[in-house]
Amino acid sequence: MTQADIAVGRRQSAGSRRKLQSQELAILAIAALLALIFAVTLPGFATINNMLTLARSVSVLGVLSLAMALVVIGRGLDLSLIASMAAGAAAVMALLGAGYAFPVAVLAGLAVAMAIGLANGWIIAFIEVPALFTTLAMSLLVFGVARFAFKTVLVYPPTDAHAFLFLGQGKLFGVPMPIIVFAVTAAAMHLFLSRTTPGRFTYARGDNPEAARLTGVDVRRDIIISYMLAAGLSLLAGLVSASATASMNLQIITGTMIFDVVLVVVLGGVSLVGGRGSVLSVLAGALLIGVLLNGLTIMNVNNQMQDVVRGLVLLGAIILDNRLHPRDEETARQGD
Amino acid sequence: MSVVTSPTPSQSSSSDTLKALRYRFSAKLFLSELLAKNWMEPIVPFTLMLALLGYFAATVPGYLSVDNLQQMLNLFAEIGLVSIAMGFVMISGGIDLSVGAIFAVTNLAALIMFKIFGWPVPVAAVCTLLLGAGLGAINGWLVGYLKARPFLTTLVTLIILRAVFDMVSGRYATDFATSDVESPAWDFLGAGRILGVPTNAAALLLVIVIGHVYLSRSRWGWHITAVGSSRKAARHAGIRVERVLFGAYVLSGVLCALAGLFYAARQNSAGSDTGQGWEMQALTAVVLGGISLAGGRGTVFRACLGAIIVFLLINGFVRLGLEGYLTLSALGLVLLIAVGVDVKWAKNRGKAIQKIYVNPTWLKLPPTPSITRGSDSPFAENDRLSHAEPIGLGEVEGPEDVILDRQDRLYTGTREGWILRFSGPNFTHREIFARIGGRPLGMAFDRDENLIVCSGGMGVYGVRPDGEVFKVTDETNRTWGKLNDDSRLRLADDLDIAPDGKIYFSEATIRYEMHSWDMDGIEGRGNGRMICFDPATGQTRTIIKNQRFPNGVCIAHDGQSVLYCSTWLCKVFRYWIAGPKKGQVETFTDNLPGYADNINRASDGGYWLALAGIRSPAYDLAMRNPDFRLRMVKEIPRDEWLYPGLNNGCIVKLDANGKPVESLWDPSGALHPAVTSMREHRGWLYIGGLENNRIGRVRLDGADPDWTGQDSYWGKPSDQSGRREN
Repeated sequence: MTQADIAVGRRQSAGSRRKLQSQELAILAIAALLALIFAVTLPGFATINNMLTLARSVSVLGVLSLAMALVVIGRGLDLSLIASMAAGAAAVMALLGAGYAFPVAVLAGLAVAMAIGLANGWIIAFIEVPALFTTLAMSLLVFGVARFAFKTVLVYPPTDAHAFLFLGQGKLFGVPMPIIVFAVTAAAMHLFLSRTTPGRFTYARGDNPEAARLTGVDVRRDIIISYMLAAGLSLLAGLVSASATASMNLQIITGTMIFDVVLVVVLGGVSLVGGRGSVLSVLAGALLIGVLLNGLTIMNVNNQMQDVVRGLVLLGAIILDNRLHPRDEETARQGD
Repeated sequence: MSVVTSPTPSQSSSSDTLKALRYRFSAKLFLSELLAKNWMEPIVPFTLMLALLGYFAATVPGYLSVDNLQQMLNLFAEIGLVSIAMGFVMISGGIDLSVGAIFAVTNLAALIMFKIFGWPVPVAAVCTLLLGAGLGAINGWLVGYLKARPFLTTLVTLIILRAVFDMVSGRYATDFATSDVESPAWDFLGAGRILGVPTNAAALLLVIVIGHVYLSRSRWGWHITAVGSSRKAARHAGIRVERVLFGAYVLSGVLCALAGLFYAARQNSAGSDTGQGWEMQALTAVVLGGISLAGGRGTVFRACLGAIIVFLLINGFVRLGLEGYLTLSALGLVLLIAVGVDVKWAKNRGKAIQKIYVNPTWLKLPPTPSITRGSDSPFAENDRLSHAEPIGLGEVEGPEDVILDRQDRLYTGTREGWILRFSGPNFTHREIFARIGGRPLGMAFDRDENLIVCSGGMGVYGVRPDGEVFKVTDETNRTWGKLNDDSRLRLADDLDIAPDGKIYFSEATIRYEMHSWDMDGIEGRGNGRMICFDPATGQTRTIIKNQRFPNGVCIAHDGQSVLYCSTWLCKVFRYWIAGPKKGQVETFTDNLPGYADNINRASDGGYWLALAGIRSPAYDLAMRNPDFRLRMVKEIPRDEWLYPGLNNGCIVKLDANGKPVESLWDPSGALHPAVTSMREHRGWLYIGGLENNRIGRVRLDGADPDWTGQDSYWGKPSDQSGRREN
């Protein structure tokens, strides 16, 4: 490779990085514009209280989106995040109710979530079933088993579980805990993705799994680990969510929440082809969705209409993603 | 003409007979051919379906009663239609998760149009189907033209349509119950019977039949399959991929709407869970039925088969009293397993077949005769080919067979699929006489001086004197009871033409192609056959089956019998086509020192026989050890296999009774390694080789300097009326 080639290569990579950032910035700009419009037109939108509500409502979604981003950057997809979140959090609450200590209960919940992640990762890495099918079927499976195990749809924590309830309802230095959890997770994920070897390997795997494998990356092992990590993060989101509402409704497993997660990730520029995007993308996507949902709620739009709006936005995001990062659809596998 | 089976090689003891039998019939052979069949794939789901039916019939009283069956058909028809809709999209290489939502929305629309607006049934029905087509068109536009990912896209349309359904159905729920619009046509759709079959089930049957014909017999159906198999290849073939994908989704929408229409007429109300989770049911069904996720593989029957299994399962779960969420879970599990098996099977099917395809058999050859130089053996090594004059050196690739016409022009077939003609003094003028394609092998001139050629991979073709190519035959009768369709000619090898014009030709093997013919040698099985084409009737019939690589073919001088070589048996057979022994096969020459290739007439009433390779004790031993060869094929790379020694050969002269008289050798292999053919013409012997870069010729001392093959077969030009010379 000559000096000139290297220079060209550098220029190209710098160019693509600029382009990626531009998508994130564009989303941020749209979010700001939307917020501005809402602030002018909707009474009660531009208040400190509402901003905190917005941030808090987005933080569970944000942690889930960070988990999803980790998987998607490695060219995967995890539609069972809600399942591991709900099943794990429900397990924690059930154990707390049975009188176990908080750390023990959390470890057990982590084991439940990680087991789901392990099963996902193993089926995807070794049996090579497309991630979409695996995780979709897995969430159905988990839903049934969880319903069967907890014998109820709604699981409640004991009222004296202060450590647990602090996670969702407490405040640190005046900032609600969910926001702090989201911020800390985002910072940790950023460091992981950009500063550590396994993090960089995630991008390598997403860019070109075969090339990564030939370079010596243990792709199968890494796939399994990434699904387990994602499941673990989803448990964190589940704990925050369950703690904030002091309940966990298992029915959300079959709901549309997972599409909000996909929406956040894809909107922000974590392309479904893998290897693209960063924590900033997730923040941008989460902000836009947060503003949108908050605005729709204040406008008193019913759930179905919200579904339609989110569906249309997601559809636009997918098509846009496809335009910006075209995949070779002639060789694409089913389930991509 | 009766079919005779192969005479087994002479056995020395009963244990040898047992061995031959033991390896002649192989369960693996059967299995490998079975696995290669397309109809093998739905066998597993079909068995599963029968087992489920059997189980329920045995445990549930009155399960097989007409009433219960009618009821179940009635319940099944809609999910069956939706599964077929999913099947079509999957075969096109996509996926449609919105089938359940489209079903629900069209169901609601049909109810509103009939019950609330009071539209006549035909109008409501047509509008429902149009709505389904429109919703499918949205998916098709997004996936086909905007190239969005089908899975996520249809998942999103599912959410949107489901939300729309929830919004609208809530508004009309009570109106349906209070509406008093009625119509016999509507009731017929919902509760009618056609010959005892519920209307919706009858419609399903009709859709299955039409859908099957559409998918497997029509151009559009083939386009769907082609696009699903390989979008790139489909585009290169000129198929408008976008339009085909669009069409597949529209079709899916229409089928869902049809299901929605029947459901509306049957239920007369729209519950909030209408069509909920049907996409998972349909997806599980088609994957279970064996429609590949990869696209391009599947039939309407299979979609329906899978749907029946899923329906029976869910029905069974309900009867078992299982909770709805556990049913959903079980469905997820079944889907996961089915997809896993599908993925693994699609990936390893070829490998699995390849692994068990080669089936070496037991073959014992008699001790090899001496080829020692200077001995009095007719096969004694000499240097008589070492001074062969080259013709077309470097201008010809792989002249397997050579032949000369009455004008002394030399013809040969080449690797490129051409027939080359050399003419002029010393054959220096080279021209491409014809381009047949395939791999031209054995050749013969017929009475009208057409050059008839066996072309490996294509069949038997002819070239008129002006160079025009025509097909003689490319298929024969199919063997009854054989799994592999053996009617197409895979490797026509050599031919000769009897005085009555019938073309006798050999097909070396029906299990391997031209490029893997050597695998047949490793296998050593009787995979070849002798075939006869009768120009009078235009019919091609297999006359002798199960031959071990039948190769050279020659009509005896008297025209009463066909001589044909069996390469792996190192033997020449005589098949009588006239006279008292007509129809019998006997050994003409046995115990040759090498692998017999082509055989042709000699001027003195004898025959020239090419030995493509010389036997070696090691390989003869290997042929008596099928398990050894199987391990070799499986465990070591191809370039390290023990092959028959095809590097060096010779030409053997046989007398009129098949007794070896003399031989011509090029032991260095420099000029003529692997001699595959030779042709005597006016005192010269012309030599061809499958892999050679030249044709050679040597002068034959004492041979008739005027003798030509043309005269020998069809008489001298002056007495064309005479049928034969001698």
